[in-house]
Amino acid sequence: MAKVHVSTTINGEPSEFLCEPNDTMLDALRGPLGLTGSKEGCASGDCGACSITVDDNLICSCLMLAVESEGHELRTIEGMAQGEKLHPLQQKFLEMAALQCGICTSGMLVASDALLKRNPKPSEEEVRFWLAGNLCRCTGYDKIVRAVMDTAAEMRAQ
Amino acid sequence: MTELRYLAPNSLDEAIKAFAAAGSAGRILAGGTDLLVQMRAGVVKPGLIVDIKKIAEMTKIEQTADGGFRVGAAVSGMALHDHASFGKVWPGVLEAVNLIGSKQVQGRASAGGNLCNGSPAGDSVPAMVAAGAVVTVQGPDGRRELPVEQVPAGPGRTNFKPGEILVSFTLPPRPKGSSDAYLRMIPRTEMDIAVVGLGVSLTLKDGVCTAARVGLGAVAPTVLLVEAAAKALIGSKLDEAALNAAAAACSAACRPIDDKRGTIAYRTKVAGVLLKRTTAIAAQRAKGN
Repeated sequence: MAKVHVSTTINGEPSEFLCEPNDTMLDALRGPLGLTGSKEGCASGDCGACSITVDDNLICSCLMLAVESEGHELRTIEGMAQGEKLHPLQQKFLEMAALQCGICTSGMLVASDALLKRNPKPSEEEVRFWLAGNLCRCTGYDKIVRAVMDTAAEMRAQ
Repeated sequence: MTELRYLAPNSLDEAIKAFAAAGSAGRILAGGTDLLVQMRAGVVKPGLIVDIKKIAEMTKIEQTADGGFRVGAAVSGMALHDHASFGKVWPGVLEAVNLIGSKQVQGRASAGGNLCNGSPAGDSVPAMVAAGAVVTVQGPDGRRELPVEQVPAGPGRTNFKPGEILVSFTLPPRPKGSSDAYLRMIPRTEMDIAVVGLGVSLTLKDGVCTAARVGLGAVAPTVLLVEAAAKALIGSKLDEAALNAAAAACSAACRPIDDKRGTIAYRTKVAGVLLKRTTAIAAQRAKGN
């Protein structure tokens, strides 16, 4: 199969890669692009572990073809911290132990960040509905929801 | 392995030409939330994927000259949600579209894909049927319009001709005192497939229902327009007798299957219950319009 050349922007950096026409964006991220922070949990859009944003729109990268990223702006978990400085959500997840095995964590963080950008003051119900597409088999969700609520409150106070 | 080609044309004509030439090997890509899963599972092995999202008309939401809406076939649920006025005019259609999958899925999935996928349980379809939406399709023989309820032919099948592509939904203007609602029965609170789904659109004048349409999903091989239920509501003040008659009409229209999601008896009963509940929500909304 002939490989396709794709030019896109990932975490603010212009990026080029080669892929098969049927590769998913997640395949490209974890393969040629070497960005393995996005995880493959289900590969069918159910678990949210591969969450990224495309033009600030939250999606599952397993449900997008890599070739579709041509000309778009992607953001992944790798773009969340500023150098060594963690994003407030990342810091809070650590402090409040909102993760155990870690497979869901990058998706949870990317999805929570997308929520707080749209809605800096979500209710607990809004957080729970927003994260309904991110499955976690360890925490029981409470710690994650509390970490997101706490981060939102702190970010509002700043 | 057959060679897969990916095309993302800027024009509809180009898309149709390529799609028609590919025959049964062609697949349209809008949000891809069904297509990519089917490809991954090996259920479909397309030779050509035509991505329609670079065609301006496909991703546009616009108000028509008469006050209706035209929604492009590839408009995502999130884009529809974020539109300034669509959800105020068509809250039932919006809540149905926004029930499809997670926020991540909403970022990609479209009402167009939901319709073309041909699932009897697609959430947006009963709401679009109730709304009286008309779809525009274009193929090698030109453009045509048909009522949305005429699109599904059976599970996974549509009545489109070879090479035809869904372009947009047109929703009619709303008279004063109109609104709509959609409810689905699922055994959990989120992220599930409808056991029964029901959309109601109605118009009230001085408390009397002057127009109504009812769309019913997941209880037959295709989503149904239940004209007998609408007839029972029209002319009434949505009193108990009218609601009972409309609910009975919905139950009578059911030709469901027994499966893990629900039995025939259960789906048939729930169809009537949902008619009453959905009508109450639509009526409450209509009173404020």
